Amino acid sequence: MTISKLVLIELWKRKTQLISGLLAITLGIAVIVAIQSVSVVSEQNVARNLDNLGANILVLPQAASIDDYYTSDIDAPTLPMDYVERILTSTIAGVDNMSPKLTRRVKVGGQSVVLTGILPKSEIASKPLWQSSGLLGTALKAACAPTQSANQSHGLEDKKLQRKAIDTLYSEDCLAGSQVAKRLKLTPNGRINIMGKEFNVVKIIPETGTVDDDRIFANLQDVQKLLKLENQVSAIEIMGCCNAISEGLLGQLRNILPDTRVTTIGQIVSTQIETNQLMKKVTLVMLIIIFFVGGISIGNYIWANVNERKREIGILRMMGAERGTIYEMFLLKALILGIAGGILGYLLGTLAGVILGPYLAGIVVKPVYMYLLWSILLSVAISLACSLFPTYLAAKFDPHSNLQED
Amino acid sequence: MILQGEKILKQYHHNGGLINAIDHVSFNVQKGDFVTVTGPSGSGKSTLLLSLFGLIRLTSGTIIFDGKQIDNISDRKLTDIRKKSVGYILQSFALIPYLTTIQNVMIPLALEKIPYKEQHKRATEILDYVGLSDRMEHLPRELSAGQQQRVAIARSIIHRPQIIMADEPTGNLDPTLSLEILDFLKKINRENKITIIMVTHSPVAAEYGTMKLHLNEGKIVTSAN
Repeated sequence: MTISKLVLIELWKRKTQLISGLLAITLGIAVIVAIQSVSVVSEQNVARNLDNLGANILVLPQAASIDDYYTSDIDAPTLPMDYVERILTSTIAGVDNMSPKLTRRVKVGGQSVVLTGILPKSEIASKPLWQSSGLLGTALKAACAPTQSANQSHGLEDKKLQRKAIDTLYSEDCLAGSQVAKRLKLTPNGRINIMGKEFNVVKIIPETGTVDDDRIFANLQDVQKLLKLENQVSAIEIMGCCNAISEGLLGQLRNILPDTRVTTIGQIVSTQIETNQLMKKVTLVMLIIIFFVGGISIGNYIWANVNERKREIGILRMMGAERGTIYEMFLLKALILGIAGGILGYLLGTLAGVILGPYLAGIVVKPVYMYLLWSILLSVAISLACSLFPTYLAAKFDPHSNLQED
Repeated sequence: MILQGEKILKQYHHNGGLINAIDHVSFNVQKGDFVTVTGPSGSGKSTLLLSLFGLIRLTSGTIIFDGKQIDNISDRKLTDIRKKSVGYILQSFALIPYLTTIQNVMIPLALEKIPYKEQHKRATEILDYVGLSDRMEHLPRELSAGQQQRVAIARSIIHRPQIIMADEPTGNLDPTLSLEILDFLKKINRENKITIIMVTHSPVAAEYGTMKLHLNEGKIVTSAN
């Protein structure tokens, strides 16, 4: 016989009371786990959708205007090409992809056209130093952008394919936006003279509904030479992970890129932050509720148990049980209740999330195993905290007066 | 001498005044004595019994147990003395209802953190000694009153105490069972040299004492060996 065995026997012999004592804490933990399980997946989906949207950070020279995010690179002052390398060789996490650009309005056939020099993926990948940066190629997997399988496993269309970087764009080749192609009557494999240099139109880009429809894209080095702005770019577009942006990616970029404006689509960040904050608030409210409801329930159960066992406490004290033994008896019981409540709550909450997630939130919820540990810790902490006072009173009982209770 | 009480006083507040539940009582108990304490209801018998080892704190007076003064020591030390040196038997048996016979008997050893094997061995021997080896796995409610009191006796001696405090141990038993329990206590007293202090209403039970104290209104009115 040990005190822990005595506690277990007592728990087992009074199963009905045990179940009623466990109910509130179990349900409380279950609700938190269910909400958290759904909200984590929901947050991930929001982030994934936002990441799917494409480039969301723009690095511009300090003097550039950013009245319109999408056209702010046109005729903007320039910044050195070295900045691309700085980003690539930095340890900043959350930069998924980037595209340095040089954009200017030029006259083609008497018409104003926006010419954008871009660096194709093949050129970035050909630089050994940049390859090791973790951005491109097989070994250079994207830091956050969802993969096709990740998108599809969450029932999402693989939008990443739509914003795939241009892999190759050789010197003297160009791509034309749909609108500019119409205006200049350009056809695939046709020719176009820009500022005295002949270019092959390798492709007419299908209509995108964006400013890109009015642009002609050529190799960055060609455009730099044509505009006499060698090693200069007017903007660096960056695809940053939404989570990373909300966690300070912009500040980190500003630190390594002096005299630049690092800007983003404000809505993206605020949406992400608002989502995170809303979920945190809901969880906090639930935590407060569970603390009161679950804690009061457990505390009440222990207090009722103490009163019911006053005589037993008196007998044990008479036989030489120290106050510490009484603490051990009731706190051990509270600990067991806490562990059981945590485990049952986790199982119930996870089950509810997995079953109800697709119906209520339209998302596939998978068990988050780390929550098991948190559920147990939370449940045990509440259980012990709310049992302390009844246990303190039990240990202080006068053994003599309790012995006389029959 | 195993136990000595000197000018023991226990006062209670009642209706704005003070009542002397034990009024300057003095006595000496030798090792191996069987002391019976008699007296009318409210004479202070049980209060005296429970105050000797700190279950009730005295107002004043001195108690010396096994050569050491114990009336002024901490609750923790008194608890330790009760755990190691004192066995209690109460009128209501004071068994824990959800534990089996053997589990109830093992409690004093559990409190001393004695290994389970040793606990089980000693509990089996003691239950055999009190004639309950066939009732080891029974719950208290499955036992007769006499059997329950024998379980309580077994529990009171399993840790080999120096002294047993018995408060009306036959109060809930019929005359035949009472004699059986009294004989058993006498046997323990003789065979194991355990000192017994027994509070009783019964003149028959009182005759078992080698030392007889009679209390009235908190005072010892007669003392006989």
